[in-house]
This record gives sequence, structure tokens and C-alpha cells, in this order.
Amino acid sequence: MPPLAPASQVAASSAADPVVLSLTVFVLACFIGYYVVWRVTPALHSPLMAVTNAISSVIIVGALIAAGATAQAHGIAISQLLGFAAITLAAVNIFGGFVISQRMLGKFKKKPKT
Amino acid sequence: MNGTLSSLLYLVSSVCFILALRGLSSPESARRGNLLGIFGMILAIGTTVAGPDMVSLPLIAVAVLLGGAIGTAIAQRIQMTALPQLIAAFHSLVGAAAVLVAAAAFLHPAALGILGEHGIHTASLVEMAIGTAIGAITFTGSVVAFAKLQGLVTGSPLVFRGQHMINAALAVACVAIGIWFVATQSDAAFWLLVASSLALGLLLIVPIGGADMPVVVSMLNSYSGWAASGIGFTLHNNLLIITGALVGSSGAILSYIMCKAMNRSIFNVIFGGFASESGAIGGAPREQRPVKIGNAEDAAFIMQNASSVIIVPGYGMAVAQAQHVLREMADQLKEAGVNVRYAIHPVAGRMPGHMNVLLAEANVPYDEVVELEEINRDFAVTDVVYVIGANDITNPAARSDPKSPIFGMPVLDVEKAKTVLFVKRSLASGYAGIDNELFYRDNTMMLLGDAKKVTEELLKAL
Repeated sequence: MPPLAPASQVAASSAADPVVLSLTVFVLACFIGYYVVWRVTPALHSPLMAVTNAISSVIIVGALIAAGATAQAHGIAISQLLGFAAITLAAVNIFGGFVISQRMLGKFKKKPKT
Repeated sequence: MNGTLSSLLYLVSSVCFILALRGLSSPESARRGNLLGIFGMILAIGTTVAGPDMVSLPLIAVAVLLGGAIGTAIAQRIQMTALPQLIAAFHSLVGAAAVLVAAAAFLHPAALGILGEHGIHTASLVEMAIGTAIGAITFTGSVVAFAKLQGLVTGSPLVFRGQHMINAALAVACVAIGIWFVATQSDAAFWLLVASSLALGLLLIVPIGGADMPVVVSMLNSYSGWAASGIGFTLHNNLLIITGALVGSSGAILSYIMCKAMNRSIFNVIFGGFASESGAIGGAPREQRPVKIGNAEDAAFIMQNASSVIIVPGYGMAVAQAQHVLREMADQLKEAGVNVRYAIHPVAGRMPGHMNVLLAEANVPYDEVVELEEINRDFAVTDVVYVIGANDITNPAARSDPKSPIFGMPVLDVEKAKTVLFVKRSLASGYAGIDNELFYRDNTMMLLGDAKKVTEELLKAL
């Protein structure tokens, strides 16, 4: 994000504050989540938890930026080390979550037609 | 890759995640949905890594592969009965990752693009404080839930005097430290916020008993989403905000469903009380009443002469590893022309949908497995109900006895069937410590013994 625009520009444009934009996205996403999740069949609530667990690890995006962003003063900064640690933890979750949900879903079979 | 293109690709991956959840509305579409989710994640990671000025890519690859190898190995080996603790452990990792990312952003705000002219933007600080606090609470809370589910610490609630006061004080302290942090950007405030939130997560989950773990696991699922959203706000990343919101609302809905299935409010679960009440009732002296006890041959005879059988499994069945022999028994009955179905109570397992997975693992076709609301009317026209490893979810006191701690909880109306075969280790009370009226009914026959052994004997007798 660029630093805050000078007051003259802010006054000229009616563009909303970035925080309000983020909040808009957040609230709308909550509604999508609400309607989508109510349609999930109760039989698949365990895979749902595994999948949501995996996708909440999309936080890895933040970890990647922390670990890989340049403009470090010199050598590897502490923030980069924290980033690497976060990448590893999130990766455990992503792979683990998707693998376990795939394993669970593979077990759900229909009655064989007789 | 420029900012606009990466934002668009993040949008595509958000849509993939929404479709992944949408796919779970039926088992047929679920696998495709899962693959879409994986694609969305690869896209998200790829987009970020291809961003401008990224360095240390080999090290990043090592970190991803290391974590990936560990996660895959664990997920492939884990037993399905141990699913709840695995999910709890995974939630703790999301919480920890959120705290680490927030700390990295705090220590090096320029790298994450949140540095203004006078230090970090105030809005970013607020979001960072919230993300950090929720992340830390998720982390320690999930660790405690994991330890309880794994049996590392006692599943019974640890209650001490002044608990609520301490928790409330700690929560207020977290908020105060958060405000201090936003106002001063001081290092001490940040780390103190992390420490107090970690302590709060620990103290919040410690008093919650084992029976409430389905709610706790769902609740932590929700928290892990909100933590991701909080970090998304800090980094101005819509993908994180959207995904976090999806996960957060998913966990919240699951917590609600679990609470409703136990007729409890979420506050009631968080602040305890249930376990201490029922403990007193479980300890009260009980009158001796006549019980009909049968053996495998009796049970087999009754089942062979039935035209419809409903099996009511509980967590005890999974603990005894009886699901495979149970399915063999059902196969035998189906060959004899008996209509066999399974009735699932929402809290039959240790997490939402757990029982469905355990039955699916034993090759029970999912169209024979029916949820409480759909099957409850059918008990009245059913010949035999086979209750195995379940207890409280069949207790008629939930409907008839206003004094019972589980009064008002939706239960399976098994006693309306012609005959109830109740497999149980002994005549002791169930997980919640409540006596079950069902044992003394005329149409109930108790089959005492280990769930697996009893079912094996029954199978032999058929």
C-alpha cells in the first residue's frame, strides 16, 4: 500500500478508505460463507472442517511475503526467520488438511446397485 | 507480476475456495471441490512467489516441502478415530502461523508494505493487534483441546474458584494492552499482547469438559478463520480476508449446530456448568430396578425375525473398533432381506460428522446413513433398534424429565421401536453421567459386554 495520500487528493476523490473496502469484502464473504456452509450435508461436516482448516492456511501468503520480501537491511532478518517458520507450519496444514479430506471423501461410497 | 494481475489471480483462488466448500453439499461433488481447493491454494502460493522483488526462493521451497512432507505423512497415517485431535492440532498451527506473520509484519513493516510516514498506519496496528490476539488464543486453545482429545490431560473439566473473574480480567487486560500497543507501537506492548492472549486461550479451554469437545473443535475452527482474516486486514490482502471469513463462518455454523444438538448455548459451553451439575447427579445413589439381560442367540433370533433394523452407533463403537464387524452383521441381515439403516445423532462422534466418516471407512454406503431429523419418525415403525456404543443420545429423559441435565436435547426416539437391543459394557451411566431410563423399559434387552465382542457373537449366531 502507498503511504496515505495528501489531504488534497483525498478531498478530491470520493474513493473509500482502504479499511472500509476491506471491511466490505469481509462482510460480503461472511454472507457467502454462511449460505454455502448451510448447504453442506451434515454427513460431510468432518471433511468440511479439514478443508476449511487447509484453506485457512492461505495465511501462508503473508508468511511468503514476510520471508521473501526484499528491502532487508542486511543478511536474513528476524522477520524473515519468522516468515520461514510460518511457511513451514502453514504448509503442514495445507498438505495435511487436503490429504486428510481427500482420504475421507474417498471412503464415502454409494450403495452398490443390485 | 504487477499488483493488478496478482489481485485478479487471488480473486480466482478465492472463488476456487468458495466452490470447494460448495462441493461439499453432496459426496459426489465433494472430491471435485477438494481438487478445486488444492488448485486455488497452488494458485495463491504461485502468485505470491512470482510477485516482484521476492528473494530467498530456494529457502522458501525448502520450507514448503518440509512442512508439506510432515503434513502429508501425518494425514496419511492418522486413524479416523483420532481425527478430532488431528484437526485440533492443525488449528493450533494456523494460530501459530498467524502470530508469526503478525510478528514479522511488526518487526519489518516496510517489507510488508504497511509502513507510513510516522511508523505503521494506525489502522494496520489495530488489525495487527486483533489478528495477533485471535491467533494466539487459537494456538493455545487448540493445544489444550488436542491434549484433552488425545488423553494427554484429563478430559474432565478443570474448574477452580474465581476462574471466570480471572478470565474476564485477562480479557480486559488483552484489550487494554492492545490499545496501548496501537497508541505507542511499543515492542513491549506487542509481546505482552501475545503473552496475555496465549494465557487467555489456555484458560478458556481448560475448564471445558470432554463431552463438549465437538463444540470446542468447531469453535477453534472458526477462530482460526478469524485470525487469517485479521492478518488479511493487516496486509490488505483480499484473499486472506475472504478465506478467513469463509472459514470463520463455517466454524461458527458448526458450533451452532453442535450446541443445538446438545441443547446448550455457546455461552453455557464456554463458561462450563454442565459437567459440575451432572457430576452431582451421577454420584447420587440409584435404586435397583429390574433389567432384562439377553445373550447373542436371543438377539440374533429377534433380528432374523425383523423386517427393519436401525443401528444407532455412538463413539463407544469406534473406540471398540466394532464398525467393520457391525457392517458385516448388517450385510448378513440385508442378505436375509432385512432393511438396515444407520441413525446418526449430530454429536454421536467427537467432532461434527465424525460418525459418518467412521462408518464410511467400514464401507457402509452413505445412503444407508440417515441423520436424526430424517429418521426419528421411522422408529415407531421399526422392529429392532441396535444401540451400540451410544447412550445419552437415546435417553428418553431428554424429552420427559425436566429435571434431567440433558432435558431438551434432541434425542433419537429409539424406545418407540418394537425391540431395543442395547449393547453396553456395564449398567453404569453414560458419558454425561446420567442414568438412562431406557434400560428399564419392557421392550429393551441389554447385551452386556464389549461392543465388538457382542457384535461378533451376534454375527456368528445369525
